Amino acid sequence: MDQGIDQAIPMLPSARMDISADVTQAGRMHQAWRDVADGVALWRLGFTLGWLDIKLRYRGSLLGPFWLTISTAVWIGSMGTLYSVLFHMDLHGYLPFLALSLVLWTALGGLVGDACNTFLQSEATIRSMRMPFFVHALRVVVRTVIALAHNIPVIVVVFLLFGVKPGFTALWTIPGLLLWTIDGFAACLALGALCARFRDIPPIVGSVMQIAFFITPIMWQPQQLGAHGWWLALNPFDVWLEVVRQPLLGIVPSLQTWEAALGFSLAFCALTWLLFVRVRGRLAFWM
Amino acid sequence: MARIVAEDISVDFPLYHGSARSLKKTVFAVAAGRLGEDGQRRTVVQALRNISFKLRSGDRLGLIGTNGAGKTTLLRTLAGIYEPVGGRVMVDGSLNALLDTQLGMNPDLTGRENILLRGLYSGLNAAQIRRLEEDVQDFAELGEFMELPVRLYSSGMVIRLGFALATAVNPQVLLMDEWFMAGDIRFVAKAMGRMENVVRGAEILVLSSHQNQAVRDWCTRVIWLDHGRVRADGPASEVLDEYLSGTA
Repeated sequence: MDQGIDQAIPMLPSARMDISADVTQAGRMHQAWRDVADGVALWRLGFTLGWLDIKLRYRGSLLGPFWLTISTAVWIGSMGTLYSVLFHMDLHGYLPFLALSLVLWTALGGLVGDACNTFLQSEATIRSMRMPFFVHALRVVVRTVIALAHNIPVIVVVFLLFGVKPGFTALWTIPGLLLWTIDGFAACLALGALCARFRDIPPIVGSVMQIAFFITPIMWQPQQLGAHGWWLALNPFDVWLEVVRQPLLGIVPSLQTWEAALGFSLAFCALTWLLFVRVRGRLAFWM
Repeated sequence: MARIVAEDISVDFPLYHGSARSLKKTVFAVAAGRLGEDGQRRTVVQALRNISFKLRSGDRLGLIGTNGAGKTTLLRTLAGIYEPVGGRVMVDGSLNALLDTQLGMNPDLTGRENILLRGLYSGLNAAQIRRLEEDVQDFAELGEFMELPVRLYSSGMVIRLGFALATAVNPQVLLMDEWFMAGDIRFVAKAMGRMENVVRGAEILVLSSHQNQAVRDWCTRVIWLDHGRVRADGPASEVLDEYLSGTA
């Protein structure tokens, strides 16, 4: 009525909520889909939450998130030197590969670890307001992307030092990163829900990722396996890594690599979707 | 037109106490082929049972009952936080739930950052969020504390911030737990005016309270909850008198 009052007290946008316990599978799917769509609509909230997480982690520190850059640089520098001395590897071929692999793995492994706490971390929020669960997944993915971005300078410096020029082939990395983002959302929803229900899952995920780190070509190159390398195609982490890594090293990923990456992603997202449709309404009770 | 319809709602709380929560137990249960049985025999707390009511614009509902009667659970269910295991909840209209003083605030973030998050959650634009900041800062008298993490605030400041934030947006449906009555006397006097504005602005109010006078003043209808069931439902003064004579 009064213009002044209306301006001082913003009216919340109108909304409609209809929650029925007696729903069909289609109804539950619709609700899960609404959750994702509403979460995407609240993207500004998800981005801000992710950004504030990074800010909070480094609040009061002089260099802030650039500590990420420095620690990665030191790690790669010392590992590269050590390995070239220990195994007499050719640094020119090895160090760019190692730098890129470690940075990408930090993001991928970090996301999987973080995904476990997607919902547990937001317990207070989940219990005090209705918010699309997808917002929490968005928050974790945004946080990972920001951390990854801080490691890019390390790769650029290593590539410049060793004269690696991927050229336009590097553009192939974009669809790879897009696939990572989608899988990242799925990982947050799936692991976030499983870890909220079963508190033993985070340590299991931790040890699986540690094993994955050693059986995936990160510290070593795939060609070192020679004829024994056939099983790499069965390692989803390897194919996920390759669709982003190969283009940056100037190689167009093979059709087979992309097929495997899409296959693994499709299976993972489908399983996640079924899980999320089933447990979405119960998540608040597990906090 | 705002509206709340609760049709026969029931809410259960699963109890995952101690090792019942662990993966080990589930794996062994599957191995022993008794998961289905486990699903049936899982210990649950029946928090709400067969609650039905309808509210339309202009209704002011008070929820009374002893601790553990299900008042807060019912508010959380109406807010869409807990989804019922039986029945149906429909809410038409924008909704604001004032459930605890923390309001989902992150204690490590500053007051200003928490206000920003709240504004984004409510779907406000940049200009509206700026106004929200000014409004809350003025009302909560936070001064320099706006730039400090909320965990450094005194409990009074946290309540003021939570209250200012909660009452800074005008919903059609207002769900409110009794916490807003807490706080120092000077603040309560100041808060009353602001609260009344929001309550009057809302088309539907659901208030859960132990303070019978507040319920009598503000509510037109009262539901008396007892062990998760409706014990009485009717005009405020009637149900309150019955409740008071029953508990006295």
